[in-house]
Amino acid sequence: MNENDKKEQPEKSAESKPRFSLKAPLAGALGTLLGSSKARVGFVIVMIFVLAGVFASSIAPGDPKKYVGKPNQPPSAQFILGTNPQGKDVFRQFVWGSRLSLLIGFGSAALMTIIATVVGMMAGFYRGIVDDVLNFIMNLFLVIPGLPLLVLLSAYLKPGTTTIIFALAITGWAFNGRIIRAQTMSLREKDFVAAAVVSGEPALKIIFIHILPNMVNILVGGFIGAVIYGIMSSTGLAFLGLASTADVTWGTNLFWAQNGGALMIGAWWAFMPSGMAVAIVAFGLALINYGMDEITNPRLTAERNVNSVLKKARIPRMRATPVVPHEH
Amino acid sequence: MNTNSSAEKSSSQPAVHSAPLLDIRSLYVEYLTPRGPAKAVNNVSFAIGQGQVFGLAGESGCGKSTIAHSILRILRPPAVITGGQILVEGQDVLKMSDHSLEDFRWRKVSMVFQSAMNSLNPVISIGEQIDDVLIRHQKLNQKQARERSAELLKIVGIESERLKSYPHQMSGGMRQRVVIAIALALNPALLIMDEPTTALDVVVQKDILQQIQEIKEAMGFSILFITHDVSLMVEFSNNMAIMYAGEIVEMASAREIFSNPIHPYTQGLLSSFPSLMGKKRKLTGIPGTPPDLINPPKGCKFHPRCTRCAHQETEEAPQLSEVAPGHWVAFHAGMPLPAGRA
Repeated sequence: MNENDKKEQPEKSAESKPRFSLKAPLAGALGTLLGSSKARVGFVIVMIFVLAGVFASSIAPGDPKKYVGKPNQPPSAQFILGTNPQGKDVFRQFVWGSRLSLLIGFGSAALMTIIATVVGMMAGFYRGIVDDVLNFIMNLFLVIPGLPLLVLLSAYLKPGTTTIIFALAITGWAFNGRIIRAQTMSLREKDFVAAAVVSGEPALKIIFIHILPNMVNILVGGFIGAVIYGIMSSTGLAFLGLASTADVTWGTNLFWAQNGGALMIGAWWAFMPSGMAVAIVAFGLALINYGMDEITNPRLTAERNVNSVLKKARIPRMRATPVVPHEH
Repeated sequence: MNTNSSAEKSSSQPAVHSAPLLDIRSLYVEYLTPRGPAKAVNNVSFAIGQGQVFGLAGESGCGKSTIAHSILRILRPPAVITGGQILVEGQDVLKMSDHSLEDFRWRKVSMVFQSAMNSLNPVISIGEQIDDVLIRHQKLNQKQARERSAELLKIVGIESERLKSYPHQMSGGMRQRVVIAIALALNPALLIMDEPTTALDVVVQKDILQQIQEIKEAMGFSILFITHDVSLMVEFSNNMAIMYAGEIVEMASAREIFSNPIHPYTQGLLSSFPSLMGKKRKLTGIPGTPPDLINPPKGCKFHPRCTRCAHQETEEAPQLSEVAPGHWVAFHAGMPLPAGRA
């Protein structure tokens, strides 16, 4: 009896005064992005790591490469995340590591996206011999196995952050290049491109002013994917010892932990923070990508807005146009 | 929803003598936007009798297509129906579940869409596309479906050999006929035609409309005909309604509207088209632009563009009232009537 009463009551009050707003939430790219809860979570995750990297010197003051105490100490009040096999403070390493790791990730992604955009759009727009040559180059970079080339490049070039960014960009751009080429080929057949050609606009202007803005979603999606690729691969390279061990990145942290046998002694605190950070940042970036879908596809936003109104009005969702009684 | 006033309003709507096939009673449809709801359809009521052609006219964005889509409940987000009733053969479409709607759509009410010529799949032969409907809804087998498809094509005036053709092998007019054939496949009681001939030239337009008229006489369905071409509509429909900013401003028999338009908007629409016969006259059109549906003008929504009472901003919205038998006009105090009228 009691339970029944409880169930009925909210329904009754909803019936008697259907007072909810029919206004859709915030508009604009940022509003839409932050309106999706997935993207909001992703944005917060990534921002936490970015801020940790930027303010590393105040969050974890001191030199992360310094010997601070006995090796392999578990987390304690003195060392929040313990010490690693070399007696360095893991918390400092973890916080300082996000600075370079994220820099490499975003830097290589930016370079990759630029190369992919220029080559992909040229190939897609010009066709003919230009396309043949550029497409061949893209295919070449696609079939060359990425990791061995990365290893080779980083072994022969002077070790350092710029080298890693450059090596990652060279091995990773072709995939996005192919996608951008395909999209350009389909967009160049649209009437608005034909109209621009007829009105005598120069090719480069057509490519970058008329066609490019139509594929921002692909570029941003590709960029976020490239950041994930950059962070993951740079960590992998460093773990293999192919990055400068003088730098502090999540990858070198893992390298030092492995080097000192942290895995074997069960010193989980030495490798867990950096390893998890890579996974969590990648997860956060993937969540932001979901939010990007909504910016470029307003239908998704509209659907979400209608669903939130239905929820407030306590009306079950349905595929047909919903009926929401409301005062006029 | 304010049930009292809507009941009053719907009872004051024109009555159709035979039991109406479609009866829309004070329908409200709103689109959710960040600035607030856009009132796309605002307290619209009308009825269509058996075998009748009802025309809905008005400028772009006045809510014609929104009404058509809400009859089938196929409006996509951010649209929300916020009140009213849509009765088809006495059943309220707005109370149907997803499951019963599946059965209702196409069998009871079918639709020829605005971009009908593009609603055919370019890689599937038109025969297969007609079969689809029959197999899905009437559970016919492949052979029966093919026979019926040939029959349907014949009804719309295409030889049955063309069943194997692909859409790109046909002209615009033929594709339009195919789409109409698909709409007629299940013998619907009501056919909604949303600007079916807008993309066609006038000759083909006339051909197709004549043919639909003949098919309608033979099969006995009703038609909701939507267009912004008022002269076409006057010729084609029995009754018609003129919409402005989501509301019906004038409703009467087509002949009456053509010869005795009362609402200034209707008069404006009619004077936007040249007539073939009769005196030459200057085409005047309607000055101004359609209103903002989120913050519509107070009182009569047409007053900012009205040539007759431009300065009148009444608090009270005009009500549809019967100025002559069967002739309804959204009327407000101070609206000048042409001489010789009540």
